[in-house]
Amino acid sequence: MSPAPFAFVGCIELREILGRRARDERELMEALEQVPAESIYYHTDSVFLRRASGATVYANDFANWVGAQIGDHVLAERLGMVDPFQFGTLEDLREELVSIVAEHIADLSPVPRVVFGEPFFFVRSHLVEVPTGLEVRTLAEFRRAAAEVDMSAIYLHALDARVRRGIPGGHFAQWIGRELGLVGLADRLSRVNPYLGGLEDLRRRILELLDAELAARPSTA
Amino acid sequence: MTSASIPIDAYREVAPPGVVDFLLRLAERVRGRRFVHVNSTRVGGGVAEILNRLVPMLTELGVDTTWEVIEGDADFFTVTKAFHNALQGAEVPLADAQLEHYLHISRKNAVRLALAGDLVLIHDPQPAALVEARPREGRWVWRCHIDLSTPHRRVWAFLRRFISWYDAAVFSLPAFAHPLSIPQFLVYPSIDPLSDKNRPLEAREVETILATLAVPADKPMLLQVSRFDRFKDPVGVINAYRMVKRYYDVRLVLAGGGAADDPEGALVLAEVRAAASGDPDIHVLDLPADAHLQINALQRAATIVLQKSTREGFGLTVAEAMWKGKPVIGGATGGIMVQVQPGVTGYTVRSVEGAAFRLRQLLGDPGLMRAMGEAGREHVRQNFLITRHLRDYLSLLVHLTQ
Repeated sequence: MSPAPFAFVGCIELREILGRRARDERELMEALEQVPAESIYYHTDSVFLRRASGATVYANDFANWVGAQIGDHVLAERLGMVDPFQFGTLEDLREELVSIVAEHIADLSPVPRVVFGEPFFFVRSHLVEVPTGLEVRTLAEFRRAAAEVDMSAIYLHALDARVRRGIPGGHFAQWIGRELGLVGLADRLSRVNPYLGGLEDLRRRILELLDAELAARPSTA
Repeated sequence: MTSASIPIDAYREVAPPGVVDFLLRLAERVRGRRFVHVNSTRVGGGVAEILNRLVPMLTELGVDTTWEVIEGDADFFTVTKAFHNALQGAEVPLADAQLEHYLHISRKNAVRLALAGDLVLIHDPQPAALVEARPREGRWVWRCHIDLSTPHRRVWAFLRRFISWYDAAVFSLPAFAHPLSIPQFLVYPSIDPLSDKNRPLEAREVETILATLAVPADKPMLLQVSRFDRFKDPVGVINAYRMVKRYYDVRLVLAGGGAADDPEGALVLAEVRAAASGDPDIHVLDLPADAHLQINALQRAATIVLQKSTREGFGLTVAEAMWKGKPVIGGATGGIMVQVQPGVTGYTVRSVEGAAFRLRQLLGDPGLMRAMGEAGREHVRQNFLITRHLRDYLSLLVHLTQ
């Protein structure tokens, strides 16, 4: 039986301003407990959708705000270490963030706050999915499409699929393992993590793995 | 080729790979839907500038897009100008008769204009009351381009009752939004990379334009482009330049406009000229509003671009400079903080001393300047080009009319 095709789907993020803001670390913690999960997602996971390269101080908005606006570099570093793609659900991620802030401020009085900087504004993400029209059946076709498709498709299949669809290795690894039977390659793809890079870096690393596989197994083309 | 006639395909050269194809696919989901834009002028100002490009692009993508413009007399526009100032915090008294006149003209426009659409986007406060006459069909969205974070309460109370009749509002920054009972979305402004202000220029063109402005290209140039407004801190920029001048032989250009029809602007321009007097390496240029090529040439000739504002709307001059590969030192306020990635594309600063320190740091490290310039151009390519703006409006159309 021939493999089912892989259809690349891109996405756009519509951003909804929640009107909620935090001016100190306690307000940040309280808001983290209460805002919709799509807001946690916006400030952690989908940061990668808005950032092609890995070039920011920390990989999530909370850490960047605490560091740049409050000047609490200890909490910024602790929040900055949170890798959003290591959590099974957004609620697990929320719990981790709340716990880090709660433990940090437990012994602090007064709680660090913004003096000269800007408050933190909570935003919520609405993802609109858009089929790209690219549909592939072989590894070689997959490689060509992955190189040229809109970056948002890389995000949706490789990262968002892990977070919102609960697919641990993402769609790429799932399809390559299940439909092409390339379990080793699927495993290597599922371990590519964008935490310290951006989407461009992620795409580059995916292409390198595909190229290595194609070079070793030309018959799969 | 006029700006309005640039085809979408031309953006393949400048937008991120795949973006134009993605826009074509996205547009398929809303092909044939009617998208109506309404504002208060067809020429002049940032809203008209962007609509002049977005409307033909949407049409080319198969979205049935129209652009309506309200009409009014001098008294009407006096009131709307007062709205504009009051919504940004100014104390502006308005008599009941003036508000009645505003509503009278708005109702006449509602009869005259073709306002039936799947999505009707009303730009800024001038046409906001048209929503009184909204038809039963279609979604209405208020697109606010101004900073609404600290509005004058009485004027805002008057306008807010109209805003609450919309289905949603759109703001340029979360900080500009205001508590409302309707959903509020975030859409950043954008620059058009193919417009006169941003299109590539030959080195010879840049030299010629600089010569006409009497700005020699003989030493590193620091540049700030902005209206002569105290919130842009032009005197602070001169003070930072003086701190740097002890160590580096640089030239400072302060290029702006708006002084001709703004008494406050004229006052600030006089202060800036007084602060700059006696230094042949400081150039204060009062340029007309349509000096797009001159601004383009100055930004391309600059070594470092400053936007040392103490209060700022979005500050698209930052994106313009980064698009030209320049490191930017900006005030830590408003949209500058969204555009400048500290340590990556430039620096944000909170004082004259901070600006001077970062200038010295950059002037002493050409490799860092080059790397920041490249990172800035890519940051703009991904986030602040008109293709992204188009994508956001299409996503709004999909989200609200599906």
